[in-house]
Amino acid sequence: MYAYLYLISAILFILSLRGLSSAKSSQIGNMLGMFGMGIAIITTICLPSVMTYKFIIIGLALGGVVGYLIAKRVNMTDLPQLIAAFHSLVGLAAVCVALSAFYNPGSFGIFNLIPKVSLVEMSLGAAIGAITLAGSIVAFGKLSGFIKGKTLLFKFQHKLNLIIGIVLVLLIILFIKSQSETIFITTIIFSVILGFFLIMPIGGADMPVIVSMLNSYSGWAAAGIGLTIQNDLLIITGALVGTSGAILSHIMCKGMNRSLINVMIGGLGESATIETTFETGGPKSHIGNVKLCSPEDAAFIIKNAETVVIVPGYGMAVSQAQHVIKQITDICKADGIKTRFAIHPVAGRMPGHMNVLLAEANIDYDDVLEIDEINHDFANTDVAIVVGANDITNPAAKNDPTSPIYGMPILDVEKARTVLFVKRSLGSGYAGIDNSLFYKSNTMMILGDAKTVSENILRAMKE
Amino acid sequence: MTFIYYLTVFILASFVGYYVVSKVTPALHSPLMSVTNAISSVIIIGGILASGFASNSSTWGLVANDGILASGSVLTSSIWGFIAVVLTAINIVGGFVITQRMLAMFSTNKKNKE
Repeated sequence: MYAYLYLISAILFILSLRGLSSAKSSQIGNMLGMFGMGIAIITTICLPSVMTYKFIIIGLALGGVVGYLIAKRVNMTDLPQLIAAFHSLVGLAAVCVALSAFYNPGSFGIFNLIPKVSLVEMSLGAAIGAITLAGSIVAFGKLSGFIKGKTLLFKFQHKLNLIIGIVLVLLIILFIKSQSETIFITTIIFSVILGFFLIMPIGGADMPVIVSMLNSYSGWAAAGIGLTIQNDLLIITGALVGTSGAILSHIMCKGMNRSLINVMIGGLGESATIETTFETGGPKSHIGNVKLCSPEDAAFIIKNAETVVIVPGYGMAVSQAQHVIKQITDICKADGIKTRFAIHPVAGRMPGHMNVLLAEANIDYDDVLEIDEINHDFANTDVAIVVGANDITNPAAKNDPTSPIYGMPILDVEKARTVLFVKRSLGSGYAGIDNSLFYKSNTMMILGDAKTVSENILRAMKE
Repeated sequence: MTFIYYLTVFILASFVGYYVVSKVTPALHSPLMSVTNAISSVIIIGGILASGFASNSSTWGLVANDGILASGSVLTSSIWGFIAVVLTAINIVGGFVITQRMLAMFSTNKKNKE
């Protein structure tokens, strides 16, 4: 009987993901997901092997209240960190369940010696869980600023990672042979270390890839545990989440024209060298050619435009400028200026980051366009406003084969008649690459914090 | 034989995941991550089974006779299970609530327009 109920849960989970294919059906989808989870939990509690309820009820109540309070109170700006933190919990939970299965396989209906296959799955589940745990904690630290965003990369890091990886494989083989407690725990510890070293060298702009990769790992960990305790629902859900994260990582990588391996090996090491070549030679001499512009001038330019496209980036998220920008677009619309938003897939720190922030500011999502929908339109755009973005607009991705971002799809803001570039300083972006767009004759730079600048533009537009 | 059965389930589910997630609109990628985070916490099943296990239960008497298992390891197992329940409960409730909050922002936009 319970197998049928688990099947219903699995179907509801699939439908909840299906619901996200459009904003309209998404809320129903989320409800279905909750239903599915409710069925799964109640079914499990009703299983004959579950005899004491004390721990379960305390655990559910405690975790439920904490989770509710966190999710209700968290600021939408802190979303990437929150998601990373949640991933670390899934990883840790996978490790915990693997440990309980190790100490008492009987609670999962395994009575004799644990079969070898289950040991493989158990150690894989625990190892992936531990990597997810450590990696997500590092990602959390970087996203919330506890750990400096700049890369930490020492000379032998890749070799060290490789060695840890090999040791890990050997440990797992040893564990399967010996079923020793010490080896199992050592495996987990080594996985934590590997997770830490894997994510530590990866910098801010690559975060969308990392967050989705960890999302994927949390799924594979769940699937590993599901295979160990032979639970269909866990296997199905783990596979769904694992593929979902993998697809997101793939989309993010494509958005940067890089392979996952390239991101993991820390392509940012290369960009450090690029930066130094720039310092010795080229663009410094151009700096005199940068045209600065006051917020008042910007307001004037915007007011005289017919079509405006706004390109938001991480800078908008950091300064929470989205609400002020929404007011600017309201004035534009009242004046009959067509305003739209162009979203690059890797803008911000997680997949869909910009979309959520714009939705938070109540910006109509029909005005929010993806790169393929808007790119051909820049040529017909009077004013493109880049707010706190940089690399995703850098023409070097198209023209300069030596650039580390060469080949990355970019938003063609350069084609707009006028480009207003809101940026904190003339410094380079996260990737450390100079942007030739700054020196174009049709580009005006407005230096300052995205929110302050937007507020000044808004004030000037109201006058 | 059972292993191939579970492997089949796993692989077929991966394909389902691939096709379903490919259809998700890019605008909703953030909610996709938070909802998958919530549902991957279905790992709570393992936590419940471990923490709800009582070594003296008659239904599972076999275990008591099994020499490998000392009562100490049953307790250790329950404690890990309990921790897993707490962690996944945070994730489940937190994940669904935050997803709901995000999706609500997307749908208010629609209402304003209509």
